[in-house]
Amino acid sequence: MKISCKEASSICDKSQYKEASWWDILKLRIHLTYCKVCQAYSKKNSELTSLCDRAGLTMLSEEDKKKMKRDLEEKH
Amino acid sequence: MAKHKLQPDNWVDLYADYLFNYAVSRVSDAEIAKDLVQETFFAGLNSAKNFKGDAAERTWLVSILKRKVIDHYRKINSKKGKAEVRMNYSSDSDTEGDWLEQQVADPYSKDGDNVLENEELGSAIQDCITKLPRKQALVFKLKTIQGMSTEDVCNELDINPSNLWVMIHRARTALMGCLNENWF
Repeated sequence: MKISCKEASSICDKSQYKEASWWDILKLRIHLTYCKVCQAYSKKNSELTSLCDRAGLTMLSEEDKKKMKRDLEEKH
Repeated sequence: MAKHKLQPDNWVDLYADYLFNYAVSRVSDAEIAKDLVQETFFAGLNSAKNFKGDAAERTWLVSILKRKVIDHYRKINSKKGKAEVRMNYSSDSDTEGDWLEQQVADPYSKDGDNVLENEELGSAIQDCITKLPRKQALVFKLKTIQGMSTEDVCNELDINPSNLWVMIHRARTALMGCLNENWF
């Protein structure tokens, strides 16, 4: 049941993308009960996730960018 | 101070997403925003000789984009013709809000502030993302902004899942540090 801090932060990262299994999350929870360092990381990590959500970031697709590059090169 | 130089070959990779976000938040339409970014790059190329090197490349491009956004609004306004103000006493409401006084924006609403703050937050995050190594930035954006599955990202970039998570971890740690002072 015991996991290292490295494993804990990896599970924490995955859980930001909802890609951690419930079993891993349980192990992470247990680790967090006694590890201050990972508690701090986990808190900041979730905050970063909510900041990114709140900012409503968007990006161009790779195709759009490729097309832009092509068009720019033609004019260049 | 070292003079800045233009490197148009890198523009799309370095600034397209930043400018796109900027444009989307102002015109609220992805297609139009995309066109404005493209026009900005073209205009940048055309007036490259006027670039004095005082500002950073991105600042300079943003200033061009600002003009493009203003031009865009001018254009759609002239198309619509002179704005015609028609005031209907609330068409859809049943009982409440019939009076004009009840239809003005709620002065205590914090919506406007939120929009502004989120816009600032967006550019702060974009700033920090541009400081990441290129591949880390790409992986982070594909996962976080595009919400792509790990499998798809791995296939597209030809990396394995453990590579991906290492890059995500580094990117997130760097972003936490970068955003730290202002946003946490």
